[in-house]
Amino acid sequence: MSVSEPLVKVRGVTKAFGSNNVLNGVDLDVPRGSVVSIIGASGSGKTTLLRCVNLLESYDSGSIEVDGVEVGYDIADGRRRPRGERDLARIRADIGMVFQMFNLFPHLTATENVMLGLRKVRGMAKAEARATAEQWLVRVGLGDKLASLPIEMSGGQQQRVGIARAVAMNPKVLLLDEITSALDPELVGEVLKVVRELARDGMTMMLVTHEMSFARDVSSRVVFMDGGRVAVEGTPREVFGAPAQSERLRGFLARIELREV
Amino acid sequence: MNVMINSLPFLWQGLLVTLQVSAIVVVAAFVLGISLGVGLSFGPRWVAWPIRIYSDLIRGLPLLVLIFSVYYMLPLTGVNVTSFWAAIFALAAFQSAHVAEVTRGAVQSIPPGQHEAGKAIGLTFGQRMIYVVFPQALRRFLPPWINTVVSTVQGSALVSLVGIVDLMLAIQQVIGRTFKPMPMYILGALIYFAINYALSLISRTLEARFAYVRE
Repeated sequence: MSVSEPLVKVRGVTKAFGSNNVLNGVDLDVPRGSVVSIIGASGSGKTTLLRCVNLLESYDSGSIEVDGVEVGYDIADGRRRPRGERDLARIRADIGMVFQMFNLFPHLTATENVMLGLRKVRGMAKAEARATAEQWLVRVGLGDKLASLPIEMSGGQQQRVGIARAVAMNPKVLLLDEITSALDPELVGEVLKVVRELARDGMTMMLVTHEMSFARDVSSRVVFMDGGRVAVEGTPREVFGAPAQSERLRGFLARIELREV
Repeated sequence: MNVMINSLPFLWQGLLVTLQVSAIVVVAAFVLGISLGVGLSFGPRWVAWPIRIYSDLIRGLPLLVLIFSVYYMLPLTGVNVTSFWAAIFALAAFQSAHVAEVTRGAVQSIPPGQHEAGKAIGLTFGQRMIYVVFPQALRRFLPPWINTVVSTVQGSALVSLVGIVDLMLAIQQVIGRTFKPMPMYILGALIYFAINYALSLISRTLEARFAYVRE
């Protein structure tokens, strides 16, 4: 595997929920160490695409490779077979995900939330897992919340635990699904700050977001999805600076800006 | 009063049988019922459907009919077991269907986001059940499950009808000799009540113990 090969390679991916075609042939590359933001109106397929990358949704055709491995299928005798549970678990362990609604385990403390994957998936000894978990929680600014249950934390704190839980697994790529959408406006900053630091440290990330200024700021590439396809792709400057290339993008950005004012 | 006291050693033997039958059935129904409930909730159609049919069928039958069916029909299929095990088999089949439904209700109350979070960190299905779903479902599982335990103790009285000398039959045998039904039935009722009331007290304690506040 050459280093220049993209870490995540999406080719011609389609996905339908019943008669509703959500993805209509998506092509996308995420180079190592880059941050790719996916923007678009609701229903454009951006969250579905992200969820296909770690197979929380299956895709109907096309291919998604993460580090050279097809995520959803293994190919035997030239035929695609959906991957089994164990196979999938192994692949997912290397793909981190942070959720819009945090999805912390409510019966576990912040430290235990981060430890679970380290212990049961990575097979770390308890002391080592605890040390790693605490180290990450301190890094996201939660050194004083190690023993707190999710219910005892604010949304912003919970989301930072969510990030720590994902990155502690040392994933190849981190998927961020509208991670600030469920937060009160004053809590958005503390979460985005953590993501910025991860980007600076070279973490490969795919993020779906409605925070345009953040996307402009943190991304190496920005992808505008429309109707289940990649409509516009480029550097933040290209996508946000010269919207003339797509009427749909212009309209989308205009509506977003109205909301942000 | 004398009758009650004099009969106690004899009733004690019956009580032991009642407790033994109940304990075996509770354990068997627990293991089987949870497996069936998980299959019902998360299994593919070819797993879930047979369980659905089994559960609906079994729960639709009176327990007594089930016990007699097993007692008389098992030998016809060439399986020869004592009446003790036939009765246990019938009770366990009956209770496992109920435990399956209790399990289904409890695990389905866990939001999909919890499963997804478990998947996202690479947990296998079994690990997600053990470390994510079951601990959270426990609070919803316990109260109705204790109800099935109580109903097992009550239902175990029916094994007296296939000749097993449990508490119920012991009482009736004492009545058969003394012709004093009233005090004996009152004593029996008190014993059954004491067992089941203790169980519901345990249930309440456990429920409070496992109440992870969320809402």
